[in-house]
Amino acid sequence: MSQSDWRTYKPVLIPPVDNLHEIEVYRKQGGYEALKSVLTDKKRWADPKSVVDEVKAANIRGRGGAGFNAGLKWSFMPPADGGPRYLACNGDESEPGTFKDRKIFEYNPHLFIEGAVIAAYAMEITTIYVYIRGEYRPFIEMMRKAVQDAYKNGMLGKNILKSNFSVDMVVASGAGAYICGEETSMLESIEGKRGYPRVKPPFPAQKGLWGRPTTINNIETLSCVPLVIRNGADWFSSIGAKNHPGPLLYGISGHVNRPGVYELPSGVPVLELIEEVAGGMRNGKKLKAIIPGGSSTPILRADQLDGVTMDSDSLRTAGSMLGTSGMVVMDEDTDIVEVLWRISHFYHHESCGQCTPCRDGTGWLEKILLKIRNGDGETRDLDLLLDVTTQMEGRTICALADAAAWPVRYTITRFRDEFEARCKKSVHALV
Amino acid sequence: MTYEFTKEDLDRIESIKKEYPEVKATTLQVLWVAQDRFGHVDADVQRLVAATLELPEAHVHGVASFYTQYYKQKMGKHVLDVCTCLSCQLCGGYDILNHLEKKLGIKAGETTKDGMFSLQQVECLGACGYAPMLQVTNGEFVNHLTEEKVDHLLDKLRNGEDPEHEMMEMPLRKQKENP
Repeated sequence: MSQSDWRTYKPVLIPPVDNLHEIEVYRKQGGYEALKSVLTDKKRWADPKSVVDEVKAANIRGRGGAGFNAGLKWSFMPPADGGPRYLACNGDESEPGTFKDRKIFEYNPHLFIEGAVIAAYAMEITTIYVYIRGEYRPFIEMMRKAVQDAYKNGMLGKNILKSNFSVDMVVASGAGAYICGEETSMLESIEGKRGYPRVKPPFPAQKGLWGRPTTINNIETLSCVPLVIRNGADWFSSIGAKNHPGPLLYGISGHVNRPGVYELPSGVPVLELIEEVAGGMRNGKKLKAIIPGGSSTPILRADQLDGVTMDSDSLRTAGSMLGTSGMVVMDEDTDIVEVLWRISHFYHHESCGQCTPCRDGTGWLEKILLKIRNGDGETRDLDLLLDVTTQMEGRTICALADAAAWPVRYTITRFRDEFEARCKKSVHALV
Repeated sequence: MTYEFTKEDLDRIESIKKEYPEVKATTLQVLWVAQDRFGHVDADVQRLVAATLELPEAHVHGVASFYTQYYKQKMGKHVLDVCTCLSCQLCGGYDILNHLEKKLGIKAGETTKDGMFSLQQVECLGACGYAPMLQVTNGEFVNHLTEEKVDHLLDKLRNGEDPEHEMMEMPLRKQKENP
């Protein structure tokens, strides 16, 4: 049966199996067989590189938002030199609208652990750090329990599954900072410092944790790996959208009847996702707009959504991005000015303060939007806002400035009339 | 005030040290151990952490002040973190915050006189589909809030009961059960 038709799709990342978080249940479902195959079936997997090639062929596009081919990223690791090499797993998940990786921590942690260990084998990694946002304390504890169980069952530690491959896994808790989802900021945080993003290059594959080669992958991305090993790259790349294939966790929130996380193939049409999967709009209201993949992805008006599907190509054509596939749905009563002000407040709060265009820019965006929201804005303030976004985009160490600027740029462009309605006319030039 | 780690804490710190190639990397995790023990990491606790790890006080203070979840001062017994970010804003997070402000007689950022509750407005906690929601003292999430559910939570906390972990059902399973 084709796994491409979302209506008949059977979940594989978070399948509805009771107590799947327990290692015995997971193993009964075929869990850790992919790892066993990789470590022991020398006919199928001649060397670590053969695993990298398979994952590359599957085209797992990074699920943390950037959408980069995971296997290709793995291939950037320099040859092993006998020193430590790290895999840093990004479970920071702090972008507003995003709440998917916690489902894996809660319902299928061993799928992720298995994927991370396979990745470690493929890249000759010596230690895996799993960085989880501090707010997820209950999920961190679940993850720590799962890691303990994996050690007890010989899936982590020395001589995994009696092979000569060994790797350790450490769960590191964040402590409340959105910026630590940025990959190099996360490395700083794992190293026990303030989460200031690093200048690239050098890239983490050359100099990552403690100056050693490091690969950073999202939790959901790594959870796809055992499925690729078990079923083959062709199986994976035949699911969902051609250029962004595979199972995808859609987090749907806002004004819908059944918000939540849904696992479906990539590329589900946006309107079907809202109407059929999430149960339609609350209280029979009309759809006004969506933010498709976390608060930094450009907003789309309802009239921009015909035929748009949840994958990077289709959303780019429509004028947005897939991001983390955490979709926020807004009904006709939504005050767009309030929404944009709140988003800008978030980025101002979360700017780490390292780069001036971001530290000051996010503050100005919030202040000007507050003025407009309070009815004191003038129409020329809208152009001032657009000018500030231009001063921010691409001028900072990391992408937080861009993430703060895009919502302002696109929300004003796409809802200009609503912003103008809140502004006084500019009747004199600035003096 | 002077603070001291217990034997159990020190054991925990030793096992954390084994997980990292250098002591500095344990800063965040040991600040958590300290906050679990003392309920906050004020300047005195930060000094204790620095002394225990033999790290500069300035480093520990720098880290503690960067991350929002570390309480830099004594807080109420229960800290209620109400999310008002994007999805919670859309689904009534500010109404929940206002209700709590009225009910507790304090503003966000304040602590009740009896020291029972601190109220904070916070950024996205990653529970967008279960909005509006709040988190109790960096611990359990309480989801799909209504005024009644908030009142019930306050009563429970006053009675010394901890909030339970709410398993958010996988929506697909829910669909299967109620087609």
